Amino acid sequence: MTALLSVTDLSVAIGSKSLVKKVSFDVASGEVLSIVGESGSGKSMTAKALMGLLPHKASATGRAMFDGMDLLAPEVQPPRGTGIGLIFQEPMTALTPVLTIGLQLTEALVSHGICNAGEAQRRAIAMLDRVGIPSPADRMRQYPHELSGGMRQRVVIAMMMLLDPRILIADEPTTALDVTVQAQILDLLREIVTDTQIGLILITHDMGVVAEMADNVLVMKAGKAEEFGPVQRIFAAPEADYTTALLDAVPRIDASTSRKPALAEPLLKAGGINKTFAKRGAIFSKAARYKALDDVSLTMHRGETLALVGESGSGKTTLGRIIARLTEADTGTVTLNDTDLSALYGRELQDKRREVQMIFQDPYASLDPRHTVGRTIAEPMIIHQELSRSERSERVHELLEKVGLNADMAQRYPHEFSGGQRQRIAIARAIAAKPSLVVADEPTSALDVSIQAKVLDLLENLKRSEDLTLLFISHDLAVVRQIADRVAVMRNGRILELGPSAELFAEPRHPYTRALIDVAPVPDPTRKRGKRPVLQGDYPTGPLSEIGPGHWVAA
Amino acid sequence: MSVTPDIEVPKAPPGFLRRLVRSPSGAIGLIIVLLLIFCALFADVLAPYDPNKMGSGGRFLPPSGDYPLGTDEFGRDMLSRILFGSRITLIVGAVAVGISLTIGMAVGMIAAFRRGWVEAILMRGTDVLFSFTETLIALSFVAVLGPSLQNAIIAVGVAGIPFYARTCYSAALVETSKPYFEASIAAGARPTRLVLVHLLPNVMPTMIVVATLGVSTAILAAAGLSFLGLGAQPPTSEWGYMLAGSRDYINRAPWLMTIPGIAIAITVLGFNLLGDGLRTSLDPVERK
Repeated sequence: MTALLSVTDLSVAIGSKSLVKKVSFDVASGEVLSIVGESGSGKSMTAKALMGLLPHKASATGRAMFDGMDLLAPEVQPPRGTGIGLIFQEPMTALTPVLTIGLQLTEALVSHGICNAGEAQRRAIAMLDRVGIPSPADRMRQYPHELSGGMRQRVVIAMMMLLDPRILIADEPTTALDVTVQAQILDLLREIVTDTQIGLILITHDMGVVAEMADNVLVMKAGKAEEFGPVQRIFAAPEADYTTALLDAVPRIDASTSRKPALAEPLLKAGGINKTFAKRGAIFSKAARYKALDDVSLTMHRGETLALVGESGSGKTTLGRIIARLTEADTGTVTLNDTDLSALYGRELQDKRREVQMIFQDPYASLDPRHTVGRTIAEPMIIHQELSRSERSERVHELLEKVGLNADMAQRYPHEFSGGQRQRIAIARAIAAKPSLVVADEPTSALDVSIQAKVLDLLENLKRSEDLTLLFISHDLAVVRQIADRVAVMRNGRILELGPSAELFAEPRHPYTRALIDVAPVPDPTRKRGKRPVLQGDYPTGPLSEIGPGHWVAA
Repeated sequence: MSVTPDIEVPKAPPGFLRRLVRSPSGAIGLIIVLLLIFCALFADVLAPYDPNKMGSGGRFLPPSGDYPLGTDEFGRDMLSRILFGSRITLIVGAVAVGISLTIGMAVGMIAAFRRGWVEAILMRGTDVLFSFTETLIALSFVAVLGPSLQNAIIAVGVAGIPFYARTCYSAALVETSKPYFEASIAAGARPTRLVLVHLLPNVMPTMIVVATLGVSTAILAAAGLSFLGLGAQPPTSEWGYMLAGSRDYINRAPWLMTIPGIAIAITVLGFNLLGDGLRTSLDPVERK
């Protein structure tokens, strides 16, 4: 098959700094090419070079033959939209918030002189229908903010497809979306590729997505192409060491797990927790509140790792924050070691807070930018322990080494560290307080997959050496499978299923759990790619009943 | 497994002062403000005459070798008066901004930290004060306290409080919702520690920029009060008052009005440029 787009020796540089080094690949029609790599690998820059959207001062060299012209030649204006379409990670940025969807869809058709306004309207509605948007004619009059993230991404895809491009570049198109929505968007993209025989360049960091979607894979690292080849070959027999390492680092949802829940005494009991938040913009109406948590109860045993899993809006973070007492529950109690945390206030609470520590998602905002790392780690000791200055700094050095950093880094400031290192520092601060429970809220979702693997290992080791109990909040089932002893699946403020990790993954009893496991991308290209079940809105949310030892399901 | 070196530490970005001087506006602003401080500190040495000595060489002398900026209606040397005026101007700027900054920041930080009814009272009170123009507040203050330079400074300082309180409040709200602040709460930090050790240092950069820009506003406001006869009283060599006093002679001796006017303009420009430079060099995003 002749290539639709043929790239040879593409390099991008800003001044003397080289961002992409001599990358070559082909895309044929009806084919999906995945460019995969970690942050800073130059994968987005490669796409931008093809679109002629490089940042100021950056220059591209090499050849990119498309439709008989070299996209990288200085006199060539890449046929944006009509020849090559681009889909971004965050669908909101691709749409103008102040214009209706209809106007944005038809504008390009009319301005490119493809058809008149009436015809454009008709085509736009047909295309919205094609990308699976219900009642498309009504949507034409709506504004982007009235649609959900997944719907917006569909609109962006429709916008691109209206111009009938030969190649579509999708830069992390599903990274900002929930896993169930991600599955639908990926299905849609594959359908479009099959039906219209366009070439799709899919840029992603997620090996699962690559395995599900790609025909060919280009693995990039630090601007260089490590490997280029068919997806089966890349996964089965990777040639580059980096590819092997990358594949090893990916947590597998289909991995075997031998974890057994510890049968220790209960450490934490959360009972009957309710929390409502005011809806935005509702000042005058008391009724305009939504339930973030609806009568949730949970028991954690000493030494176990319990994972809270759910999509955005499921209430998992709120529950974690209530347990750490960073958010106040409307009703309900949180008891830790027979102390009712929810009844403590003021100084008593401050003294008890040490017991529950939190690790946050955003490694950049987790550390006080004006404090040295050493000072940050020492804070719990300053508050709770009477230690001399030298004892304290000794302990800080000890903690830094425990989390895999060097003791002499204590004098440095957070902005000098990478995301993964900052997360290690945040972990050091958490264990400095000598807590009995650590609440980790998506601690690795902002990190690259190789760094994620190391941070998960670190948490696992510390849990044993520091005698911790871990509440692990995540949207990523594969990560949860790797680290959790028990799993609680949440949706819309309710726990739908709670059980031992091995059992829950092998035999999910609640339909929602089953659906969540089914839609998660698996990094295995040999698995059959079928259209996945669509998650319907209604699931049983009734009271939990025990169906096996320690396995509870909502009826 | 080694995919990415996780332990390597990147190099520290250049220091704050170097970043400030590297931006053109920061460098020019810094030079002007430093010159001004130099003039104020060494006014006694630099000034060729006593600023209040009358009629030594004659009235309304145009700029010349003996009197580089001429003399005023009482024959006082303008250069000496401008130099001594820089002292008062700087004191006015510093003290007035100091008053607004201290009280404004306290109000803003307490409101953002305590939330609830404390926040409601403090911030709605600020809103009420905000709805009057600063000049009106300053005027009513002087009307009660009586016209003097000291009262003008207090008036300008008080009139500036709502602005600083609002700015500090919004900066503090952002910081209190960040994970590092919550991590500190979770570590059991006492309220005083949270405010003084975490909140204050993190809102300070914003407030320094605002205060630097605010110095020029305060100087203008105090000069305005003096111009109206509500601030500095004769024979003080204050620029605003000098401007007002020379109004009657604008045709006969235009330099009498021009020179203090230019002095005020340059000072305001200097502080504005410095504030601008500080904003870029204190912003962590701009550091890279």
